[in-house]
Amino acid sequence: MALLEIRNLSVDFATHGGKVRAVEGVDLTVDEGEVLGIVGESGSGKSVASLAVMGLVAANGTVSADRMSFAGHDLMKLSPRQRRMITGRDAAMIFQEPMTSLNPCFTVGFQLMEGMAEHIGGSRATLKNRAIELLDQVGISDAETRLRAYPHQLSGGMNQRVMIAMAIACNPRLLIADEPTTALDVTIQRQILELLLDLQRKRGMALILITHNMGVVAETAHRVVVMYAGQVMEERPAAALFKTPRHPYTAALLEALPERSSGKKRLLAIPGMVPGLDDRPQGCLFNPRCPYVAPACLSERPPLLAEASGGVRCIKPLAAAAGSA
Amino acid sequence: MLRFLLTRLALIIPTFLGVTLMTFAMIRLVPGDPILLMYGERTVDESVYQKLKAEMGLDRPILVQYASYLNDMAHGNFGKSITTRTPVLSEFVTLFPATVELSLTAMTLAILIGLPAGIVAAVRRNTAFDHTVMGASLTGYSMPIFWWGLLMILTFSVWLGWTPVSGRMAVKYFIEPVTGFSLIDSYLAGDWSAFKSALHHLILPACVLSTVPLAVIARMTRSSMLEVLNEDYIRTARAKGLPPWRVVGLHALRNALIPVITVIGLQVGALLGGAILTETIFSWPGVGNWLIESIRRRDYPVVQGGILLAASIVMIVNLMVDVLYGLINPRIRKGH
Ligand SMILES: Nc1ncnc2c1ncn2[C@@H]1O[C@H](COP(=O)(O)OP(=O)(O)O)[C@@H](O)[C@H]1O
Ligand SMILES: [Mg+2]
Repeated sequence: MALLEIRNLSVDFATHGGKVRAVEGVDLTVDEGEVLGIVGESGSGKSVASLAVMGLVAANGTVSADRMSFAGHDLMKLSPRQRRMITGRDAAMIFQEPMTSLNPCFTVGFQLMEGMAEHIGGSRATLKNRAIELLDQVGISDAETRLRAYPHQLSGGMNQRVMIAMAIACNPRLLIADEPTTALDVTIQRQILELLLDLQRKRGMALILITHNMGVVAETAHRVVVMYAGQVMEERPAAALFKTPRHPYTAALLEALPERSSGKKRLLAIPGMVPGLDDRPQGCLFNPRCPYVAPACLSERPPLLAEASGGVRCIKPLAAAAGSA
Repeated sequence: MLRFLLTRLALIIPTFLGVTLMTFAMIRLVPGDPILLMYGERTVDESVYQKLKAEMGLDRPILVQYASYLNDMAHGNFGKSITTRTPVLSEFVTLFPATVELSLTAMTLAILIGLPAGIVAAVRRNTAFDHTVMGASLTGYSMPIFWWGLLMILTFSVWLGWTPVSGRMAVKYFIEPVTGFSLIDSYLAGDWSAFKSALHHLILPACVLSTVPLAVIARMTRSSMLEVLNEDYIRTARAKGLPPWRVVGLHALRNALIPVITVIGLQVGALLGGAILTETIFSWPGVGNWLIESIRRRDYPVVQGGILLAASIVMIVNLMVDVLYGLINPRIRKGH
């Protein structure tokens, strides 16, 4: 059985302009020990969907799903209290901005130990030893001194390491990393990414790696979900998706990679913008920007085909059109 | 932290000089001759008048008067009251505890009610509770204290007869002043009914005086909490699976308190201003009442010395608030 299984997840937000749908009918499956990549431009609902899994959607949001199960629990049926026992223990999450994600008023040690105290318990000394061990594991030297540091005294990369230590403190079975390197220096990005993958392999935990960088996913993920405007556009094993993208949006994202555009071709950015929450087009959500748009694309919204029959939300998938696979 | 403290201390000197200049100038700008006022209805002989004037140093050039005033203050010499002939400092020391008791009670009420009200209003934003608290605090904030005090007296003392109209304790009790706080002294004396009488006298003026700081604290707490609750680290705290009381009461509140403490500190100055009015309305025998009386009598030494003493207290309290602010906010403590 899959570790995480989501069917038809939607998230609506109540805003001044009325109700808007940020995530629409998303299906997701994550197996134990699997690395799932979620890619898509900013605003495509990646963060909101993963916050919904964690039960952390903002107060103005409503989550609905046909099914949302994690490690044998039906998340839709749990009381808030039962849900909290899973959040932070079996499922953990780290965020994009390490500098603002830690509380400026408390030391690293305090913030690292309080989650363990909540879920595992134990004496102060045990917690402290465990905290030192964790900082060690995420590559922070001089751990004992760092426990007494405040977040503003550490660099962004260091704070992200602290966030990772906090996330793995209770041995989660699933770690969601929401653009964990986007806010960091290029040299640090690689180190953090390698740390995450190393921890994932050693601990055998499942990892959802959210990014808007196709290149990162190509190197790391077993399976890839491509999101656009709140919907899943394509979901396939990583190798196959990179070799023969089927959705024009996936193809466009790959085209934009620097290593894919050969010397003579200019680096391609996708023309146009992700539609806003309140101006979704008729028909396929990608049709205003799609180079292959057909009349049918303007009227009907295509369903997401099961993986066996394509794993793509498009009436004219690319590889099929090209006649090769 | 040390540097922070030293800079704050250095700032006190110019502030202090400013206060001396203001009090010195203001009492002299107000029309009315202190010697004539001293004599009241009686007429004064020209020679006696000149003699008194010289005795008080009022015949000297104004700058010399100011310099000698500064010199006296620097030596802790606040002079004697023209009317009662007792040293200003000893009058102040006798009366000050009454003002502190009133102000402290008012501030405690304001914090005990305002802080939780602001927190709950923020967490339950846009609910009936939130709107009620915010409406009430806006009303409280804009209430003229004189009018509000009289309204409270009319309602609770005159109409309902629940509380006495004035004073600190019923006249039949005599409690030896030890601390100067009527509640503590009557408690120490073991006189239970005197304690009740003191509490009875205190409650209404304290409520009136607490109205403005309560409103300010509730509003500030709410807006500060609302801001903090949107921060990334609150989401992190929730992602750890911490219970809501810990997320709100520890992670959010600790950050939200930083501006609230500043506001509380600023309210201490305003509170003394309010205390003067409140003491006048309730005939509360404190420093405020005493200052108003001395202005009425053009009692220069009392006004000059009394205001300076009161201002020093405000400055010291503000300094303590700044230190507290540094303690709660590690970014200041570590010298950033
Ligand atoms: N609390 C909220 N209220 C209203 N809209 C929101 C809220 N949170 C997110 N959104 C909107 O939902 C959409 C998806 O956001 P997000 O999941 O953060 O995108 P991504 O992570 O893919 O960049 C965005 O248009 C964003 O503005
Ligand atoms: Mg995001």
